[in-house]
Amino acid sequence: MQTTDTGFDIRIRDALGNERVRGNFRRAMDGLMQRRLDLFPDAEAMESLRQQGMRIKASALSRLPELLEELEAKLTESGIRVHWAETPLEANRIVLDIMQSHGATSMIKGKSMVSEEMGLNEYLIERGIDVLESDLGEFILQLAGEPPSHIVAPAIHKDRYQIAELFREKFPDIPYSEDIDELTQSARTILRDRFETAEVGLSGVNFAVAETGTLCLVENEGNGRMSTTVPPVHIAVTGIEKVVGRLEEIPPLLTLLTRSATGQPVTTYFNMISSPRKPGEKDGPEEVHLVLLDNGRSEIYSDPELLATLRCIRCGACMNHCPVYTRIGGHAYGTVYPGPIGTIFEPQKGGLASYGDLTTASSLCGACGEVCPVRIPIPNLINRLRYEGNHKEGRVPGSGSKRKKSEAVIWKAWSLLHRNPLLYRMMTRTVTRLRMLAPGKAGPWTRYRTAPKPAARSLHDLARTHGVNDE
Amino acid sequence: MSNARNNILARLRGAPRPDISAIGEGAAECPVWDLEERIRRFTDRMTAVRAEVIETSPANWIAALQALCEKKGARNLLYSAASPFGEAISRQPPVAHPVTTDLESVRWKATLFHEIDAALTSTLGGIAETGTLMLWPDAHEPRLMSLVPPLHIAILEEGKLFNTFAEAVAAMQWSNGMPTNALLISGPSKSADIEQTLAYGVHGPKELVVLLIRN
Repeated sequence: MQTTDTGFDIRIRDALGNERVRGNFRRAMDGLMQRRLDLFPDAEAMESLRQQGMRIKASALSRLPELLEELEAKLTESGIRVHWAETPLEANRIVLDIMQSHGATSMIKGKSMVSEEMGLNEYLIERGIDVLESDLGEFILQLAGEPPSHIVAPAIHKDRYQIAELFREKFPDIPYSEDIDELTQSARTILRDRFETAEVGLSGVNFAVAETGTLCLVENEGNGRMSTTVPPVHIAVTGIEKVVGRLEEIPPLLTLLTRSATGQPVTTYFNMISSPRKPGEKDGPEEVHLVLLDNGRSEIYSDPELLATLRCIRCGACMNHCPVYTRIGGHAYGTVYPGPIGTIFEPQKGGLASYGDLTTASSLCGACGEVCPVRIPIPNLINRLRYEGNHKEGRVPGSGSKRKKSEAVIWKAWSLLHRNPLLYRMMTRTVTRLRMLAPGKAGPWTRYRTAPKPAARSLHDLARTHGVNDE
Repeated sequence: MSNARNNILARLRGAPRPDISAIGEGAAECPVWDLEERIRRFTDRMTAVRAEVIETSPANWIAALQALCEKKGARNLLYSAASPFGEAISRQPPVAHPVTTDLESVRWKATLFHEIDAALTSTLGGIAETGTLMLWPDAHEPRLMSLVPPLHIAILEEGKLFNTFAEAVAAMQWSNGMPTNALLISGPSKSADIEQTLAYGVHGPKELVVLLIRN
């Protein structure tokens, strides 16, 4: 593990030392992997479906500017207002402006990773808005003052005893319980009133359909439906990469998402919103807004290889199957998106100088690429970003920033030696003769391993002794 | 704001157009089952997530509804008098206090949150593969009916049971125009956010019962 100044290695060490959190992740990830596998019994059918998912998302990206305009036109036609934001700050301002135009001071939120990306909660709370997360996992984390550690199961690092303790501390009036059903019922009771009285509801978007102007939300609890139906104003926030062309492309994507994410044939609710409340309708928001966030996505879009990052449907399967994520958990990454997808997305969004270390959190075992429902070649992209971190002429912001002079000199010498036969022979002769002088310590490598010692005779030498012509 | 729009679109248009010619086609399975198999699969999936499926007939469904409300202890039932089943319910109320959805808009939310034990809705159809109900809520059967009351009763006619979601979307030509809100519902509200252990009745209905009307 190399020492860096971003604290990633320190967070990793802390995470590895926390047996409770490691146990919580191990149990949950094992369960999620098995459930996914149970729903893809036929390997050939699964591959064909993944291919379809990849094709749908890639084809949508190939027409991204046109689809965004079509989506905007369709939504506008049906009365949904569309806003564009280049940065998280712009997106936050748009949300705040909408709230202020209604004199609203309370918001209830369905789960949204883009809102995490925006830092929306902190932004609004600083400005006096009462923001409440309503997804059970997010609600627990808001009580604990922690960010999500998984993009689908945000509170997966906590067990029931920690949650029971948290409820005892925050809601002393509710009888203490370590029972999962009772904890869930407590959250239901607490949040019911808030759904009824909230002035604005906020949600993310799983898929936006350009053809029909439809925002699709996938969930199990019903808090997403509550947040998008009960308050008089609904604001949806999403990244610009979530748009797809046609409605008929939604069923295969939905199947891929729910099976890959949680091993469910389908979630309890699939909520498709295409307009604000129409005259005569009794419920639903009178105003619906969509905020389209760029935040670096259009830059990623300009690279033909890295573009694949934008196919992601945020199922979390890559993290469920990642040996590194399972051991260090989501918080160690220190970013909004953890795991393999975070490893490729965050450095492109925030620059390699700050986030390049994430690319070291991979053994390149390839599991993430094998399970990705839209076939993002995550290991290849990790390699590409590692390369860019060491080469100034790269396209990702901060390229070359991970380059170390000493490493560069070593590799230059290595390359020179291996290109020049005479130098190579001189080197092997010297190294085999002076092998006893090899250092016993080699930085972090020898912290857990013995130092390598050169052999007494080189391979060339041995080959010649055995009568093999190696020239 | 419009600056952001123009800048984003300009950056996207300035990028090389992504080439997808090398990406092959794939296809989801599209199983076709006979009616009995569709019903079996639908029921299996629904009961796997603790929903109940009660098979009944055009002549007996109202009695089945009455027995159900009694069993569940529902004191009242919210329904739409204008729905295809509304007239029968108005004639033969299955509970002591039937409530129709034509109550005033201002009272709608409070009534649903505080008074209603059970709501009955019709459905646009069902999906066998996943055990799913399709609902297009409207002025008569609003969106919150299938969400806020603790018990949701849904009527599904067997002839509207499709194999897959993809088949339903194509057959009913959803792409020609979507309603304000279209819903797929596959069981009562649930969560696995604590230790990946399923708990039911989080924010939506604690129970879902499907009255499957067979001819």
